Amino acid sequence: MSISVRLNHRFDGLELDVAFEAPPGVTVLFGQSGSGKTTVINAVAGLLRPQSGRVSVDGRTLFDTETHSWLPPHKRRLGYVFQEARLFPHLTVRQNLSYGRWFAPRDGQGTGEDFDKIVDLLGLGPLLDRRPALLSGGEKQRVAIGRAVLARPQLILADEPLAALDGPRKSEILSYFERLRDDLALPILYVSHSATEVARLATTVIALDGGKVVRQGPPTQVFSDPSFAPAGVRSVGAVLEARVACHHDDGLSELDAGGVPLFLPHVNRPLGTPLRVRIAAQDVMVSLNTPTGMSALNVLPGTVGAVRTGDGPGAIVSIDTAAGRVLARVTRRSVAALALSPGVACHAIVKTVAIAPEDVSGPPKAPEQP
Amino acid sequence: MAWLGPEEWQAVALSLRVAGWAVLCSLPLGIFTAHALARWEFPGKQIVNGLVHLPLVLPPVVTGYLLLLTFGVNAPVGGFLKDLGIVFAFRWSGAALAAAVMAFPLMVRAIRLSIEAVDPNLEQAAATLGASRLWVFGTVTLPLILPGILAGAILAFAKAMGEFGATITFVSNIPGQTQTLPSAIYAFLQVPGGESAAIRLVVVSVILAMAALVASEILAKRIAKRVAGG
Repeated sequence: MSISVRLNHRFDGLELDVAFEAPPGVTVLFGQSGSGKTTVINAVAGLLRPQSGRVSVDGRTLFDTETHSWLPPHKRRLGYVFQEARLFPHLTVRQNLSYGRWFAPRDGQGTGEDFDKIVDLLGLGPLLDRRPALLSGGEKQRVAIGRAVLARPQLILADEPLAALDGPRKSEILSYFERLRDDLALPILYVSHSATEVARLATTVIALDGGKVVRQGPPTQVFSDPSFAPAGVRSVGAVLEARVACHHDDGLSELDAGGVPLFLPHVNRPLGTPLRVRIAAQDVMVSLNTPTGMSALNVLPGTVGAVRTGDGPGAIVSIDTAAGRVLARVTRRSVAALALSPGVACHAIVKTVAIAPEDVSGPPKAPEQP
Repeated sequence: MAWLGPEEWQAVALSLRVAGWAVLCSLPLGIFTAHALARWEFPGKQIVNGLVHLPLVLPPVVTGYLLLLTFGVNAPVGGFLKDLGIVFAFRWSGAALAAAVMAFPLMVRAIRLSIEAVDPNLEQAAATLGASRLWVFGTVTLPLILPGILAGAILAFAKAMGEFGATITFVSNIPGQTQTLPSAIYAFLQVPGGESAAIRLVVVSVILAMAALVASEILAKRIAKRVAGG
């Protein structure tokens, strides 16, 4: 399952000019609002007709302006999860879930049991006979996900599906998307402006800015670039890959990141589980000497890879460590005081409690990426 | 209704039949027109919109006369239909046609408003789930606009029951043939001693109109509750 997209569309002062190929897995279109990511997903869905371009999913052409072919949305076999759930108010949850199944081709891939399986997976059992008006925001979004999946799509589309939810609900729905990715192996094209969501879900990141693709690749690679801050400086942060090494009695979990120990607040995963940890650049300090007498538990020795300064007082320093590349956001004054420049040996310091649970997740299965 | 004379009873029954058929036959076209005006962009949309609303602003006599010019037995359309065995002029079916034309703008307005109130995002969602345009309309739009359709139908029915000017111009005032309730009241008022019959018909008119309004209120509430998922 791969997606190939080439689009050219000029509207409202934005010229969208995008081309990318995405391998199987979860592809996240990442960027700030106005970067054109929703336009891309709507063109894939057939809700928007771009001025020129071509989109194909797994070799099946959805449209091609050169050959004037255009599949209408209902023939594209996609499951779209919108920002607002868009459930049908006159139907029960059960009827909403069955809506897409009704139109899906019946090609022998079980019918009855996969309904129960999805209902189980998303915890929808108690809601089946209710009307959407009586559901909470998180419940509505779960039903919307179920409805999209049960339409037996070739590809799931999701446009900021967490945007309308509050903090705890965001995390909950995100974990359901992880299940779609891991348990059902469904290919997903996901639009987001949140680095956390990207780090948790993405197999491939397509970063958009001003209608252009500015970066693409696996998140560990894309987010380790110090000059990459498409969603503001707060979204800067490298993604490390690690394994659960030990659970300590004092509520900490120890991870092994390329031989370097990493202490995190308890992670509820068995030993040996591979994890992805996003470390926000603003939570990382830099020290030249081996720090002593300090509360922070995570000290990663390495060398400065690059220093990027902008117009403001801040700078992003990338530090290559045995655990991978870490980004630190420091002041320009500190850069000058410590004489940080490529090749300088230093230590990256990360407070354990600064790593939020939502920034820790299992990476996508079957990592085809290097 | 023993207190109604046979002629009066005839007028009431004819009016119910005329209004009923007028609404029933124009409803599909009304829904289609309302949907086209609410959702589609096409050349000449404003002209179609104007034509639909014309009977609302034209003097009814003018509408009736235009119908006569179009559907009279010697008129082009009327002559063609006559060959097919369909005659409108001076028949009860002509009264139904006149009532339908006069009631059409009200029906379309009510349905159009309810279609415009349906979130197009829901229709988009249905399309992405595999529903073609027709299925989207049948499974999402139509159930959601049922209250509007009902309101439009009742309004049109009430208008059709009361239609006078276009009817009397197009199909005249033939007792048992084209004499509807308002024409009968008018006719009774023209003859000495006809007031009591006219009053009785007025009472029937009021009762029918009230019953229609109450019925529509109750039905609309029920449907709205079902649609909103209460």
